[in-house]
Amino acid sequence: MTLRYLLRRLLAAVGVLWAAFTVSFVVLYLLPGDPVATMASGGLDGEPLPPEELDALRARYGLDQPVLVQYGQRLLAAVTGDFGTSIQNGQDVRAAILEALPPTLQISAAGLVVAVLFGGSVALVATYTRALWLRQLLMALPSLAASLPVFWVGLLLVQVFAFGLGLFPSVGANGPAALVLPAITLGLPTGALVAQVLAKSLTQALGEPYVTTARAKGVGRPGIHLRHALRNAALPALTVLGYVVGNLLAGSVVVETVFTRPGLGRLTVAAVGVQDIPLVQGIVVFAATVFVLVNLAVDLIYPLLDPRVGVTS
Amino acid sequence: MPRSLAPWLAATALLLAACGSTPAASTADPGVPQPGGTLRFAVSSDQGCVDPQQVASNDTIYSLRQVVDSLTDQDPATGELRPWLATSWESNADATAYTFTLREGVTFSDGTPLDAEAVKANFDAVPRLGPRGTLPKGYLAGYAGTTVESPTRFTVSFDRPNVQFLQGTSTHSLGILSPATVAKSDDERCASVIGSGPFVIESYTRDESIVLAKRPGYAWGSQLWQSQGEAHLDRVEFRIVPESGVRVGSLQSGEVDAIGNIAKQDEALLAAAGVQLLGRANPGVPFGITFNQATPLGADPAVREALSLAIDRAEIVATVYTSQTKPATSALASTTPGYADQSALLAHDPARAQAVLDAAGWLPGPDGIRVKDGAPLSVELTWYSNSPANRATVELIQQQVREVGIDLQLRERPISESNPIQQSGQFVANWGNLTRADPDILRTQYSTAGNNFFRLSPGPLDELLAEQAAQVDPAARFATVAQAQELLVRERHTIPVVVLTTVLGVAADVQGVLFDASSRIQLHDAWKVQP
Repeated sequence: MTLRYLLRRLLAAVGVLWAAFTVSFVVLYLLPGDPVATMASGGLDGEPLPPEELDALRARYGLDQPVLVQYGQRLLAAVTGDFGTSIQNGQDVRAAILEALPPTLQISAAGLVVAVLFGGSVALVATYTRALWLRQLLMALPSLAASLPVFWVGLLLVQVFAFGLGLFPSVGANGPAALVLPAITLGLPTGALVAQVLAKSLTQALGEPYVTTARAKGVGRPGIHLRHALRNAALPALTVLGYVVGNLLAGSVVVETVFTRPGLGRLTVAAVGVQDIPLVQGIVVFAATVFVLVNLAVDLIYPLLDPRVGVTS
Repeated sequence: MPRSLAPWLAATALLLAACGSTPAASTADPGVPQPGGTLRFAVSSDQGCVDPQQVASNDTIYSLRQVVDSLTDQDPATGELRPWLATSWESNADATAYTFTLREGVTFSDGTPLDAEAVKANFDAVPRLGPRGTLPKGYLAGYAGTTVESPTRFTVSFDRPNVQFLQGTSTHSLGILSPATVAKSDDERCASVIGSGPFVIESYTRDESIVLAKRPGYAWGSQLWQSQGEAHLDRVEFRIVPESGVRVGSLQSGEVDAIGNIAKQDEALLAAAGVQLLGRANPGVPFGITFNQATPLGADPAVREALSLAIDRAEIVATVYTSQTKPATSALASTTPGYADQSALLAHDPARAQAVLDAAGWLPGPDGIRVKDGAPLSVELTWYSNSPANRATVELIQQQVREVGIDLQLRERPISESNPIQQSGQFVANWGNLTRADPDILRTQYSTAGNNFFRLSPGPLDELLAEQAAQVDPAARFATVAQAQELLVRERHTIPVVVLTTVLGVAADVQGVLFDASSRIQLHDAWKVQP
């Protein structure tokens, strides 16, 4: 693993972050209206402020500056990790994100566990079984799970397991019991993705010559499946990890709303609703950072797991 | 609760709402209030700020109203102001100065006294509030300063007549906070505040909950309450539950005791489960259509009149809204002080609408849409999804007015664009409402001396609206306000359609949840039947 490779990857990562920052800035500024006018309209119930008072408030948030100057100032501050304060609630943006992060990490991690268990077992059983009907049934499951709306699955689970059977709480983020339903909701579509990729690469791996060799040496079916084929088939599944993490973060918006959990998803929805520029940009750059880091980590770990893959190639 | 009782319960709630009287929650025999217990209340959103002076969303006001006391309290039945923190008040002849006498012995929950200096500090800080402080800024419009004469006596002065200020003192927006809180920046105040109310904020978890605890030793309640002492409930938990299906399910399954924002489709379900449905019409400007009179269509009186005549308000209410909702009968909702019935001017008469358009030269075109000088009678209606029933309402209106040959084009905009759209005048007609328990809302909406978003031409209406803002005698003021309403509706400066009605679902074992004059809730008298 060369230093040059690492440097190149880091440069690319910085480029992605800059692009995320710039695109979010442009989009937020292209929208008509501005956060001060939005906040000052008081959800349409207040008496609108006179224009001169609105101008004074814009000056407070630097919104009276030319767009390029605002962009430059925000970019410079962002480089030092300072995204300013939320216009909506006056909280420091970094603090708001850090505060919202733990509950989102919890469901993302739990969702990932569900995804790997569900996706992994579907793929393994589907490729292992000799019963054609079971194989076809299992292979159809992922497409079904991927096409169910997350929102609907969540509401269904709440209705049945929380309100109907009373097994789990419907709202809140207190204790492991409150984690079960959100994790299943979040993990199902992601698990479907894992199952599809893993089943495909398992089928492929089982046709490789080394499997024939192993069989000739007298290794049993479970041994071939788990020790030989799975090890090799797991690598392609690992490459979709970046995508999986993205899925989980995006899914948190819906899952946190349905299950009434605090977190990054809810924070995002609220910030976008009032065009809270500092907060939205903070969240976008944070999400981009997570993507970049996960993908970088996957690329760096890959050659360690599979010596055939060189980093320079 | 037996199923057969449900219709009776709904009927009782309806009757009570129709009376518009204070005791909103009441089943057969509530008995003597029992102390203790926790009320769990699910609301749909969190504004992200727990400073009552900086919030405007009902979901957040419900909790923060309990944390602060106000100088006055407004009787929801009569609209009159009654003593709360102030035992008496008087205004000078031209409504530019108000002298208040405070009751003694009131303290904030941090132990500091609530005296004239504390009130002055609160009012002095309002102009420095940021974009979240629009409501109190409006109440204190023209604020010139507060003079403290003694610890219990002070005078608030304005540089222009300001009659609506008195009603403003009864709202959460001018609820009095401790000097320590007032000294903080507006951003810092969003994280925590100290008030003198019957409850204190025990904890606030963003997007999750606002938990209130009873203030021990509270003894300065509003005269409108059943008792002036401590609250009955030990704690109130406001849970933020954004999904309406989850809120309804939580109430049905007993996970919460009360929920806000009941929609039409939930009514029967909740009534069948024995839930009390408490409703009260929101005071202020009802939902309706207001034209931009700087546009050719908005300036045409025939178009405005025909549109109003073509709308079947009764059908809209019956089709889209909860059973406690009423059609609009004036430019003000019936729960607003000074309301005057104009329903004679708001009849549904499609035949007359056709005649009015014929006479004005709008003649039926080939596709049924009327045409004049080659231009079709196509009106663009801008609306926002800030109220869940809006879409169904404007779509029904579209169908109704199509029958007289008016083509209503619906243009949905995000709520964040409402202010820029109104300020720039880039709309033909606007669908909206405003909540305020004072008729001065008409001046802020329709006076050409103000923002004049609807581009009205200066005229006799301006004089009436300016006059009422300086009339200290309520009877004289309401007479002026009645004239203004008649003029607004007759000239179709605004076309009121339906009165937004707040409906809460409250479990059968909860009593004493009261609506205040602004159709928000007061929980001091609330209590739970203990098992």
